[in-house]
Amino acid sequence: MSKVMEPDLQTPLGRTRGQMAKESAKEWSHPSNHWLRGFVLDNRAALGTLAVFIVMMAVFMIANPTVFTTWYLYSSVLTTLPVALFVVVPLVFVVTCGEIDLSFPATMGFASWVFALVVQAGFDPFVGIVAALVTGTLLGFMVGSLVVYGGLSSLIATLGMNFLLRGLIQIINEGKSMALTGLADSAAYKIFSSQVFGIPVQIFWAIGFVVFSALLYNRHRFGAQVKVVGDNPDSARQMGIDVKLVRVKVFVFTGIGAAIAGCFSVMINFTWWPTAGDGYLLPVLASVFVGGTPTWGGIGTVVGGAIGAVTVSFIQTGVVAAGLSGFYVQFFNGLIIILSLLGHKWNQARYR
Amino acid sequence: MSERIIELRDIKKSYGQVYALGGVNLSVDRGEVVGLIGDNGAGKSTLIKILSGVVKPTSGDILVRGKPVTGWSAARSRDAGIETVFQDRALAVQQTIVRNIFMGRELTSFLGWLKVNKEIEEASRLMREIGFTSKVFTPHSIVGQLSGGERQGVAIARAIYKQAELIILDEPTTALSLTETAKVFHFVRQVRASGRSILFIGHNIHHVFDIADRFVVLDRGKVALTADRTEVKSAEDLINFMEDVAHPGGLPGLHGEAEQRA
Repeated sequence: MSKVMEPDLQTPLGRTRGQMAKESAKEWSHPSNHWLRGFVLDNRAALGTLAVFIVMMAVFMIANPTVFTTWYLYSSVLTTLPVALFVVVPLVFVVTCGEIDLSFPATMGFASWVFALVVQAGFDPFVGIVAALVTGTLLGFMVGSLVVYGGLSSLIATLGMNFLLRGLIQIINEGKSMALTGLADSAAYKIFSSQVFGIPVQIFWAIGFVVFSALLYNRHRFGAQVKVVGDNPDSARQMGIDVKLVRVKVFVFTGIGAAIAGCFSVMINFTWWPTAGDGYLLPVLASVFVGGTPTWGGIGTVVGGAIGAVTVSFIQTGVVAAGLSGFYVQFFNGLIIILSLLGHKWNQARYR
Repeated sequence: MSERIIELRDIKKSYGQVYALGGVNLSVDRGEVVGLIGDNGAGKSTLIKILSGVVKPTSGDILVRGKPVTGWSAARSRDAGIETVFQDRALAVQQTIVRNIFMGRELTSFLGWLKVNKEIEEASRLMREIGFTSKVFTPHSIVGQLSGGERQGVAIARAIYKQAELIILDEPTTALSLTETAKVFHFVRQVRASGRSILFIGHNIHHVFDIADRFVVLDRGKVALTADRTEVKSAEDLINFMEDVAHPGGLPGLHGEAEQRA
């Protein structure tokens, strides 16, 4: 019976590799597989966000053309945007992995506090940055371990950690801020926070970080495993991936990103506040989802997240600059989030 | 005697009070196709999960090429040359074919950066090799868009990539069309011809009978029968045996039916 059913296969296992590769390449080249089409398909969520951003900017510009031609507006956005980018990008990894991290604002506050303490004690700011990075890594590891090895819901556990760490900062500092006047003369400030041809230098570091992370996401084993774990943790486990370790790693990555963001925010203001980082919680989360990373895990886009961050930070500046009162900011934030999600719904097929 | 790839000795697995496996001995030699059969709940799936390292046995020894192993895990199992095509196929459906084939075994150069082109080339070769190709999908296609047979092809391609010495096929023909089933059979014969081993788990005893060199019948967590192909005359023999084991007193109705079919 089975002999009759045997298909006529022309390629048994014994063929040479080169021959096979050439044949298969021919077999698999689809006529409509143009590189541009492929690029658009691969990045359709990010491009959709970009379209939303362009439309939004056009509306603002029409509303108030003179303000939008002044460089100061862009300069101020480019100073604060990098801080958000350093946490938006790691959060794309976290969400892709099927988790969420709401503790990053407190990690930002905590790591930048360590930075401020080290600088105030008279050490070089570079030492402070290293200390902040170590703090961020440790906090990320702590939060990640709590969620992964403690088997807790990341939504609730990280929210708890956010309150806990922030509370700790407030208790110890009793609400007092720290002014770091010497920072402006340091080499670290010139490298990380000055201006080049009128452009805030932070944005270059942030772009570098986004590019590196996009490569990590798409061209590195870490990104590949994060996606598989978020997509189907059982399959990943069956294929020998250490699912728990991958999950802890994304939280560590967020901790590192938050530490960098914290240092940058202190260097912008020369002051550390016990509330440092608090205001970033909702805009950063919004950026991730506006950028086209879906909530269910397995897929996402780092570049989209970055564009989402640009969009969200321009809403705040743009609404005011367009001549509307600050009361409109929240309304526009909400509008953009809802419009983006509706757009992504058509873009993203869900297979589960 | 040919080389023994893997051997399980007195493997027990309990979930709380319930024994899924109560002391199983099983071995697979190089180049043989072992057919593992048993009723639902006989412990087949648990046994497969232990072999593939996903589940740890409560007690018992695992020997790979004669040497006892410690710290058995899914990664260790794959490193030892055992690949498993799971019943649910263990695919990540939102990822590309390439990402699924190299899941947990990414081809990397220095510091873990992926060799993207090499992966695509190898994925194309593998899919072509097992005959699961089409003009509609490419190595970049999302697995969620593929049919059941094509997904099975991806799972099999992943299993053969590393020239595994033992491939475990857990119910590989379930929910496949006739031609797709034939492809799976063809694949099993190819693997045996290349001197490697297969552990074939099936519910369809006729399928298992057609393909296996040796049969292991599992019943309620114990091996009820191990028989070489020469000792079993027909698939009906196996079916009768399984019915006898399941209902020692005998169910005349069932027996009559089996005899009629024979």
